[in-house]
Amino acid sequence: MAEGVRLDGTSGGHTMDKSITLPPDEIFRNLANAKRFAIDIGGSLTKLAYYSTVQHKVAKVRSFDHATKVSEASSDKLYEISVQEEVTPRLHFIKFENAYIETCLDFIKDHLVNTETKDIKATGGGAHKFKELIERKLGLKVDKEDEMTCLIKGCNFVLKNIPHEAFVYAKHADSEFRFQTTQPDIFPYLLVNIGSGVSIVKVESEDNFERIGGSSIGGGTFWGLGALLTKTKRFDELLQLASKGQHTSVDMLVKDIYGGSYASLGLTGDLIASSFGKSATADREFSKEDMSKSLLHMISNDIGQLACLYAKLHNLSRVYFGGFFIRGHPVTMHTITYSINFFTKGEVQALFLRHEGYLGAIGAFLKGAEKDNPNQYSWGENYAGSSGLMSVSPDMNPMQRARSGTFDMLEMDRLERQLVNLPLLLDPSSYVPDTVDLTEDALAREYWLYCFEEALDGVVKRAVASQPDTQEAAERAEKFSQKYRHKLQTLRHQPFAYGSLTVRSLLDTREHCLNEFNFPDPYSKIKQKENDGALKYYLKAVKALEQLDWKERQFALVRGLLAGNVFDWGAKAVSDVLESDPEFGFEEAKQQLEGIRTPCLWLSDLWCFLFQGPPHKCALFFVDNSGVDIILGVMPFVRELLFRGTEVVLASNSGPALNDVTNGELQILTERLAAMDPVIETGLRDERLTLVQSGSSSPCLDLSRLDKELAMVVRERQTDLVIIEGMGRAIHTNYYAMFSCESLKMAVIKNAWLADRLGGKLFSVVFKYEVPSEKPSQPSAALTRS
Amino acid sequence: MDKAKSMMDKNASSGPYHVNNGQSQRGFHGHVAVAANGSCSSSAPFGLNIGPNSSSFESIHHLHRGDDVECNGSPAKRCRLRRRTESIRRSRPPFPWFGMDIGGTLVKLVYFEPVDITAEEEQEEVENLKSIRRYLTSNVAYGKTGVRDVHLELRNLTICGRTGNLHFIRFPTQAMPRFIQMGHDKNFSSLHTTLCATGGGAYKFENEFRTMANLELLKLDELDCLIHGLLYVDRVGFNGHPECYYFQNPSDTQSCMKTPCTLDNPFPMLLVNIGSGVSILAVYSENNYKRVTGTSLGGGTFLGLCCLLTGCETFEEALEMASKGDSTNVDKLVKDIYGGDYERFGLQGSAVASSFGHMMSKEKRDSISKEDLARATLVTITNNIGSIARMCAVNEKIERVVFVGNFLRINTVSTKLLAYAMDFWSKGQLRALFLEHEGYFGAVGALLELLKAAEDP
Repeated sequence: MAEGVRLDGTSGGHTMDKSITLPPDEIFRNLANAKRFAIDIGGSLTKLAYYSTVQHKVAKVRSFDHATKVSEASSDKLYEISVQEEVTPRLHFIKFENAYIETCLDFIKDHLVNTETKDIKATGGGAHKFKELIERKLGLKVDKEDEMTCLIKGCNFVLKNIPHEAFVYAKHADSEFRFQTTQPDIFPYLLVNIGSGVSIVKVESEDNFERIGGSSIGGGTFWGLGALLTKTKRFDELLQLASKGQHTSVDMLVKDIYGGSYASLGLTGDLIASSFGKSATADREFSKEDMSKSLLHMISNDIGQLACLYAKLHNLSRVYFGGFFIRGHPVTMHTITYSINFFTKGEVQALFLRHEGYLGAIGAFLKGAEKDNPNQYSWGENYAGSSGLMSVSPDMNPMQRARSGTFDMLEMDRLERQLVNLPLLLDPSSYVPDTVDLTEDALAREYWLYCFEEALDGVVKRAVASQPDTQEAAERAEKFSQKYRHKLQTLRHQPFAYGSLTVRSLLDTREHCLNEFNFPDPYSKIKQKENDGALKYYLKAVKALEQLDWKERQFALVRGLLAGNVFDWGAKAVSDVLESDPEFGFEEAKQQLEGIRTPCLWLSDLWCFLFQGPPHKCALFFVDNSGVDIILGVMPFVRELLFRGTEVVLASNSGPALNDVTNGELQILTERLAAMDPVIETGLRDERLTLVQSGSSSPCLDLSRLDKELAMVVRERQTDLVIIEGMGRAIHTNYYAMFSCESLKMAVIKNAWLADRLGGKLFSVVFKYEVPSEKPSQPSAALTRS
Repeated sequence: MDKAKSMMDKNASSGPYHVNNGQSQRGFHGHVAVAANGSCSSSAPFGLNIGPNSSSFESIHHLHRGDDVECNGSPAKRCRLRRRTESIRRSRPPFPWFGMDIGGTLVKLVYFEPVDITAEEEQEEVENLKSIRRYLTSNVAYGKTGVRDVHLELRNLTICGRTGNLHFIRFPTQAMPRFIQMGHDKNFSSLHTTLCATGGGAYKFENEFRTMANLELLKLDELDCLIHGLLYVDRVGFNGHPECYYFQNPSDTQSCMKTPCTLDNPFPMLLVNIGSGVSILAVYSENNYKRVTGTSLGGGTFLGLCCLLTGCETFEEALEMASKGDSTNVDKLVKDIYGGDYERFGLQGSAVASSFGHMMSKEKRDSISKEDLARATLVTITNNIGSIARMCAVNEKIERVVFVGNFLRINTVSTKLLAYAMDFWSKGQLRALFLEHEGYFGAVGALLELLKAAEDP
């Protein structure tokens, strides 16, 4: 299921391990440039890690030199678009069964071009056993690393770099997985690693951790005792048995002793008083299932109890569980969760990790890559290249547990920019970017998955059209389509595969898949055309505004901003119009918004209230679409702010996403506007108008992962107003975001379903002005209906 | 650190317990308590074994031989005390005196056999009371499964003004229906005694006692009883010897030695009661305690797993096998994984890394003996209890850990292991203490309640 690649299915009928043909397109990708190998060999699974670089195409914009090329045909265009090859460092992690080690090593040997690698970092209990094989096959020296150190390093890495890495497991909830938001500070925490025994490690910082305790009753006890009691050999089978058993026939419960509960101590009758207590007295046979279940409860409860005692002693509230006993098994996650709840009375939650199985390999890799200092960069999970969390419920699909022959992958891209929190977030630790968690909202999930599927053909068409000179573009676009459709199907069944499912994650996955097949910027040409078109109206628009008195002007500005925001190729309702009517323009958009004339009037009152007081020191503006939106909607407003003496920081995407204006494009646009408009020109010159990149390549906005430089500018300028524009940034995400300064969120709802959900109609307007609570409360307008 | 120390007072340890002399009759605690109180006036007149000390307890269960004795008290005071004594005599419950603790696996019964019966009393005594006394005191086994632990008998004890022997009897909880039937057959209800019972069975079998034997149980909380009984037995001592002991040099198998000690100034203590399951209490005074936690991995788990793994049927059998086995054939040690010590974390190579960890491999499963399995089960359960108890002691900031419960009966493997575990993992900060009457304190506590009820009518 999912991304797991079944080896035997691709091997032309052979099912013998030795004759497996690995599909190189799917696993062990980018081996040619691979270096810095690390391997973590556990009891049954091997995890391989390597660093590689990926060449992929990126869209670049470059300003035409109008002075020299004025006579050329292209001079009517503002800038040229070029596609360049760029190299991105990527981390690859692959997990497979130990049975395939030899095949995999052979494959790596055959495909490894780069030979500067001399050694391979190894960890895990099996590293010793396979040392000789690895050295012989790969010709690399095996360099053993301490298991626990690797585990902790890996754990720190995923907690820091992968949003929604940790989750709480709730068996009977609507969604089994409740993902946790990334904390600004991940330390301190407790890691309870349940391998054959249990290690309890307190982690206080990147390099400071201590094994504070442990227990010999762990996964090995479950497995060993289980094998003795049930004659069942495999760990997975034992868990299967346990999930079908009744522990009450083997365990002595409180009610077996008391006849009911032990009320004065608050012990309920169903509580286990003595594990296996009945088998000491009852002279009868017990079923394998029941004994396995009893054993599972006994061990899980015991580990949970010890973990709680240690958490209490060290005053820690974040407790992560890992090790092969846990490793995505719903049965053990459930019993451990239950135990922790019971012993802490709900004060501590058991946390699990999506990439728990990779921690050792990641850590070993990081040990080997220390001189590259990978921790100084931010990394992001590549949704296109990662398998995601397997569906784990054995009730849902028992075969999924039998992973024989499946490969699981995790890929992480090095992000160009280091990402940090927006300093203006009121409470970074409780900030959740996404407005609706589709993992928990089945109705919304259905709708959005359907939406993205419906829109897929259009995206494919756009992608092909963006590369008219490339012959195999259609073929690649088809592959993209397959991949993304497959992802959507996976998410339909396993919404939790990549953490919380959100509109943002669906959009980001699409961008990752597009990039994967070398469609870095399908909208580049459209953006270019629209930018060129809108520029022609800029002076006219500005002059018209200047002729209005202050109050009228405010009204026009609001209307302009909102009308501009209608131009959104990401919204199907709009792209259908734009597709069918190429002449659809700013005026038409304003007419489209005619229905909201009344609310606009009302809004402009609020607006006047907002902007008639003393000017803000500095406004941070997260912009949305290119073309009319940025040029005719946003820029006149920026002008107005500058007039008022407010500095402006325009934050735009680092990389392309839909028709959103990128930082590169905005640089050129602003230069061009400066040439026409002295206000902009002076603003730029005096650095009262600053352009920064957000660090993101998403149509949405995660304010906890923003470019470090942006954060710096925001701080330096003493920013006291945040403006967020557009559906992706202000509704799908950040609708509930709270800031420590005034904020304004505005968008036109270009999706009928969403409008309906929010209680409005298509092309309704969201205009949300908020003042932090320490300041006197101001009227806050949310949704207005058309 | 624990102030428990070995007995130093030879006089006291050899002193008779039933003598009415205010000075010489005291138990070995009396000594200390008298010194502390500076006077024996409050309760000494009654010439009971633990008199002087009992004043420091709010509930005086253990009274008193009626005979007047020398005392320094004023005539008025003497008079008051006499009146009180009279009233106690009048309200003293009729024989037989039982205390019962009905646990998940075992029923513990204590029976007070009066040895100071006067001829007059003898005549008055009804026949079935006599027959009960004779039956219980002349046998050491009852039916197939009942056992009297003769070696634990407390002789010449004075309770509630009567002198007698305290007998300790146990039988499996499974035999409860037969026991109740016997109560019916012997017409127990005609004796008009109150049957004090604690443990879960007091609740579970209450109805059966009522309907089958026409007996009304006085149900008592098991933890209250446990603590009262324990403190009582510790106070009266074990026939002139201390009830309590510990192990000297617990970390060294060669010089490890069982050493008697007293529990004077016993609070606070962490009390770990290992029956079928385990309860862990922090005890701050006789009536101030809390249940810190518990675990379901207890004696019942040991026996239950042993039965399943080896086919044995009794606790004795299981322990016998365990004494001959080698757990390292079953458990995976640190050195089995790391080849030696895991130095990064200061783990010794000989430490158990994974209980039953070797049993993941089929070859190993085929090569071990039942004795090895029994031993591994015992070591696993014991170490786990030790580990949880130690964490609780640290969290509660208590340095003295007292282990009781029938799991420790004839189980030196576990007591030594617990002593070792407390000492080793706490680097000598914690001390494990044990009591000779391991599992009977609940039943003793129940008996004391019977007499307490008599005291305040």
